[in-house]
Amino acid sequence: MKHKERGKPMTYLSKTVILCAGLALAACSNPDRLGGAGGAGAGGAGSGAYAPGSAQDPKSPLYFQQTVGDRVLFLVDQSNLSPEAQTTLDGQAQWLMANPEFNAVIEGHADEQGTREYNVGLGARRSNAVQEYLVSRGVAPNRLKVVSYGKERPIEICSEEACYAKNRRAVTVVSVTPVS
Amino acid sequence: MMRQFLTLLTAATLLAASVTTPVVAQSPGPLRIEIDEGVIEPLPYAVPDFVADTDAAAELGRNISRVIAADLSGTGLFRELPKDAFISQITSFASPVQYADWKAINAQALITGAVSVDGNGRLVVQFRVYDVFAGQELGQGLQLTGTQDGWRRMAHKVADQVYSRITGEGGYFDSRVVFVAETGPKDQRAKRLAIMDYDGANVKYLTDSSSIVLAPRFSPKGDRILYTSYETGEPRIYELNIGSVTRRVLPTQAGTMSFAPRFGPDGQTVVYSQAQGGNTDLFSMNIATGASNRLTSAPSIETAPSFSPDGSQIVFESDRSGSPQLYVMPSGGGEARRISFGQGRYGTPVWSPRGDLVAFTKQSKGRFHIGVMRLDGSEERLLTASFLDEGPTWSPNGRVIMFTRETQGASGKASLYSVDISGRNLKPVQTGTGASDPAWSPLQQ
Repeated sequence: MKHKERGKPMTYLSKTVILCAGLALAACSNPDRLGGAGGAGAGGAGSGAYAPGSAQDPKSPLYFQQTVGDRVLFLVDQSNLSPEAQTTLDGQAQWLMANPEFNAVIEGHADEQGTREYNVGLGARRSNAVQEYLVSRGVAPNRLKVVSYGKERPIEICSEEACYAKNRRAVTVVSVTPVS
Repeated sequence: MMRQFLTLLTAATLLAASVTTPVVAQSPGPLRIEIDEGVIEPLPYAVPDFVADTDAAAELGRNISRVIAADLSGTGLFRELPKDAFISQITSFASPVQYADWKAINAQALITGAVSVDGNGRLVVQFRVYDVFAGQELGQGLQLTGTQDGWRRMAHKVADQVYSRITGEGGYFDSRVVFVAETGPKDQRAKRLAIMDYDGANVKYLTDSSSIVLAPRFSPKGDRILYTSYETGEPRIYELNIGSVTRRVLPTQAGTMSFAPRFGPDGQTVVYSQAQGGNTDLFSMNIATGASNRLTSAPSIETAPSFSPDGSQIVFESDRSGSPQLYVMPSGGGEARRISFGQGRYGTPVWSPRGDLVAFTKQSKGRFHIGVMRLDGSEERLLTASFLDEGPTWSPNGRVIMFTRETQGASGKASLYSVDISGRNLKPVQTGTGASDPAWSPLQQ
């Protein structure tokens, strides 16, 4: 349940990402995964103690998604990066620098409070804020692409701040697909 | 006694000083609804089944009279008298009307008609409108010819004539609405473009649900649609030919996202938003040549443009002041003046076809409203209030607004509503599936 947003295949993503999402679903259904993900991933790096492509493989998109952290959240109407968001993005930049075969699409999202087209503009601001930060940390601009979904793709569906807070997000989706 | 002046509260007539004169009949009959301040009650009318000389035509006659009645009563300005109250029956289109029988049941207006199929299989509809208490015809009898499949449109055309003759204003029934049909839960919503008659009949899908589509808009002639689609992975603007259901992406700048496209009144100029480097500005494109130019260059979000009917100005939404507000600028770009100053956030401005008002979405104190104001920002009036109302579109005569209403919570769904610019007659528009982002066509030719 708590990982449903990761496990849910989204039709608009690339094939690579859909495949990863499918793997995430499998991972989520494994009761041992949650306990093992962080520690085993870090400790087992390079040791071959994990399945390639699994959440324990530090070079896998799943590791990026779950251990590095693939998303940052925003305040209402804001696109500023909080200190916490910057920490997450520092990790994303390090991972991207260490895994140059991967590119990233940064998806900007808004909550449902706001008109449709304005929210597309707001999502563009948020995804751009992440892109600029990653570039400032050394990631080559041609490995990054932004797309705004406005309020079209909420991951949480209640009409309360608890849900809105998770929907005001920018998600970095990594894959080996060229982005430019 | 001999006639009823039905007066209705609307802003439009109050505000009509600067407006182009409504289409007034050359010789307005004595029967008249003055759409003006002060609601009395809907005008009672009778529309007996249109007469026919074959069973097949008789069924069309019944159906046509039902659509006419649905159109007229649906405005809230007219009230149909039930058939079982009729004293006279109309069995012949040519015979004189027994005014006394219709007066006795207080029918202010009587609509009669005849339906036949000619030698070429074409449907022929004739009709007359009577001012019962004046004892005379209101305007002249008319004959329409069309395909049998097109019987609903012919009914709408008759209803437009009746509406027009009694109110002195243009009708809006022979029109269509393009919208986004929605299915599935909130976090996996599938969207496709659909088009229907204004009353929800004849729904036809224009795209499949493989890509998100947003905010379609008609061309001035109603033959093409502009919209935003995520077909290529990012938002880009498309032009769709309704007749052939073929589409093309417009040649916006590579590496940018484009959305919120709107036709200018010339049908060639398109204004739209382009997001680049996190900044969203308005651009203009000649869609014949693909040449584009920038209209705004502020570090804020500029979107949701709408042309004035004469094409000289654009009203749009911008958060340059810190929150979304409405602005007007020349359609070639230049100095913009802010027109919204009330409490709250304003968005999705749409210039009325009469040119006198702008309809908008307002967010205030956690509620959404559809409202109208004059172009100088004065006389703001909110017509609706709900958890989420958004995206107004005008009826061709500028009297009715259709919009999206989305309900709250995990099972929230979007549907279409319409409301008079008086704030009266709020009602859902039937679409079958969930629906959002309606855009009303001009009257069909």
